[in-house]
Amino acid sequence: METLIDIVLLSFLVLTALAVAKMHDLFAVVMLSGIYSLLTASLFLDLDAVDVAFTEASVGAGISTLLMLASLKLVGRYETRTRYRPMLALGVVLATGALLIYGTLDMPHFGSADAPVHQHVAPRYLNDSMGEVGVPNVVTSVLASYRGYDTLGETLVVFTAGIGVISLLRVSRRTKQQEMQKVPADMQQQIILRVVVKWLLPLILIFALYVQFHGDYGPGGGFQAGVIFAAGIILYTMLFGLSNASRVFPPKLLELLAALGVLLYGGVGIVCMLLGGNFLDYNSLRHDPVHGQHLGILLVELGVGLTVAAVMITIFFKFTWRTVKHKYLEK
Amino acid sequence: MIDHLPILQVIVPLLGAPLCLIVRSPRAVGLFALLTSTITFLVSCLLLQQVLLHGTIAYELGGWAAPWGIEYRIDYLNSYLLLLVSAMGAIVLVASQTSIDRELPRSRHMLFYTAYLLCLTGLLGILCTGDAFNVFVFLEISALSSYTLIALGNDRRALTASYQYLIMGTIGATFIIIGVGLMYMMTGTLNMYDLAQRLPEVHNSKTVLSAIGFFIVGVCLKLALFPLHLWLPNAYAFAPSIATAFLAATSTKVAVYVLIRFIFSVVGPEFANTVLPLQEIFVVLGISGIFATSISAIYQLNIKRLFAYSSVAQIGYMILALAIGTPLGLTATLLHLFNHALMKAALFLAIGAVVYRVGSSQLSHFAGLGRQMPWTMAALVAGGLSLIGVPLTVGFVSKWYLVLALLENGWWPLTVLVLFSSLLAVIYVWRIVEWVYFASPRIFIEEVKDPPLSQLVPIYVLVFANFYFGIDTSLTVGVSKRAAEALFGGIFL
Repeated sequence: METLIDIVLLSFLVLTALAVAKMHDLFAVVMLSGIYSLLTASLFLDLDAVDVAFTEASVGAGISTLLMLASLKLVGRYETRTRYRPMLALGVVLATGALLIYGTLDMPHFGSADAPVHQHVAPRYLNDSMGEVGVPNVVTSVLASYRGYDTLGETLVVFTAGIGVISLLRVSRRTKQQEMQKVPADMQQQIILRVVVKWLLPLILIFALYVQFHGDYGPGGGFQAGVIFAAGIILYTMLFGLSNASRVFPPKLLELLAALGVLLYGGVGIVCMLLGGNFLDYNSLRHDPVHGQHLGILLVELGVGLTVAAVMITIFFKFTWRTVKHKYLEK
Repeated sequence: MIDHLPILQVIVPLLGAPLCLIVRSPRAVGLFALLTSTITFLVSCLLLQQVLLHGTIAYELGGWAAPWGIEYRIDYLNSYLLLLVSAMGAIVLVASQTSIDRELPRSRHMLFYTAYLLCLTGLLGILCTGDAFNVFVFLEISALSSYTLIALGNDRRALTASYQYLIMGTIGATFIIIGVGLMYMMTGTLNMYDLAQRLPEVHNSKTVLSAIGFFIVGVCLKLALFPLHLWLPNAYAFAPSIATAFLAATSTKVAVYVLIRFIFSVVGPEFANTVLPLQEIFVVLGISGIFATSISAIYQLNIKRLFAYSSVAQIGYMILALAIGTPLGLTATLLHLFNHALMKAALFLAIGAVVYRVGSSQLSHFAGLGRQMPWTMAALVAGGLSLIGVPLTVGFVSKWYLVLALLENGWWPLTVLVLFSSLLAVIYVWRIVEWVYFASPRIFIEEVKDPPLSQLVPIYVLVFANFYFGIDTSLTVGVSKRAAEALFGGIFL
């Protein structure tokens, strides 16, 4: 049965990818790429990788689709057709594909228990992490503790991306004032949506907090929680306008929060060093190592959530201000 | 604190970057970034001293032993490059305090310094780590922040240049992660030392073969090996001068380091050569790259682009030396890594000084500057001489070891070609000299004079280094030799 589902999902993936390559309507392309992510998420779910599926669904299908739609508002809906036929590029793509397929020939069999990945480091994660880290969700122990330094790096990647967008899309004071005065939200007239969102928003935000603090026990954690929180705020912004949303989250506050998330994560590492352990060695945080691990993981996940949410909201705000500028100021 | 040096090397700039957003004020943020990078430099000095005294240092992050956790591993090779990168990071920032005022609006200073420290963090993180996936994470940090630094350039074309780099860089990073993923699949480990132990068991599998292929092509994109260098000239030409000086001195060097580390410490040079004709590929691409890009450099009208092409040519020398496949050849690569960084940092900072006074890096705007900016132009010529490889400069030391290594293998036709290629460098450097000293100034403006001391001092520190390390080679040659011998001995303990 599982094989059947895998085959169906994979063939949908191929079809979606081909459609994306073929289409010129960028709106449809963005929608399809959202579907692509959702299919990938289902595939991960079928592989029992719930955490990865959750991340893919919230980041890939959720927030990145939203951000792509926001940028579509700036660049227009249709791709310009070119006569140019990039044969060389096609050749490179084919060669890459051929090498990838060649690489699969000697791979361990799908799902094989003898595969090296299941034999070397994984057994310790699976068998001992409960005793060493004390967190039921093994993915969280690997992500936040065993390989916690990688996660600090990933958080910094998100932060860097935010800095990149902030420095590229500058917003003049004039745009902001214009926006404050007379720009209605895009979906101001949608009364049903407005009512629904008013009811839904608290639930979304609470769900984000649940995902944030429940990552130790079930799928979830800072990355997913951050994007869900941001998605809630973005939904609100679309219906009630940027000026309302940015009164709650002024740009400077968002920048500070993004920085604070990284500093919290790194700060936990420094505190571990001051208490006599290595960088990010949570064991030194408390007398009981497992308690230390709990506290450490809780704090670093909070750092991740802060940075991710702040960066995502910032990126969306920047795009929206740009749209305002194009629509009202440059005419 | 000495025990924590490996991690301090990276987390000082790592935490400095977000702190820039809290400092905020343009003037203070510049000084803060300078302070951070100076501390980073001091840490790297201590670290090199520790490695020279006690040998390789390992540091377990999170207190988890490798291969379960991530490990930092500092040996001769990376402590030497850490010193180089953090020194460049600090020196360039001294000049940036005034230079950036002219090129960026004050509102963007905070973002510039944040991106700069992020880039420094990424590069140092790649150098320190002994974990293959961790390399990728820090590669992304350095890459994303470099795109930002380049896009901050004043010229609108900086955006296209940055975009081009983003596409090529992302392809490179994707190839690298595919390679790492496939290797993980076959060995179950991400730790480099552990990979080196476990890869031989699965050496003849097609999966490992394609993993090595993907990884090497990905890194070659990052290090701008001819013909994968197309992103580089525009990126260097349109970025703010300070960013160009920093990136030219460090970023491709770190990619070369990744290549060396991967070939020698993970895969093993003999094996790498049996699966792929690496030696042949590198010799052909290296030497054709040297000629093709040196000739392109001769025809450039923008001096930043000119030296950008010359940078790609210098990468050709490094790769050629690497392809020789002897300890002496590797020594030549490592020497040139260091020496080329010194030359290009000096040259690009001098160009930055011209942009500061004249507002352009077009060759025609350099007309007659020899009289108006004598000190800056003298530095430019000194850097150029070093690039050509005139005795008493570091360039000479690099070429000398390259030629020795080529002759040791009896590759005399290549030796002739290398010597001949230096003539091409003479031509493009001479073109600059001609404009600077023999053309009459376009318009004589009073304000055009040497830049303030805050720029002149770092330029002259670098020029001095170009001569100092050309005469006293005990540090550079000493450490390069030890690193090369260790790598050939398969020592990565």
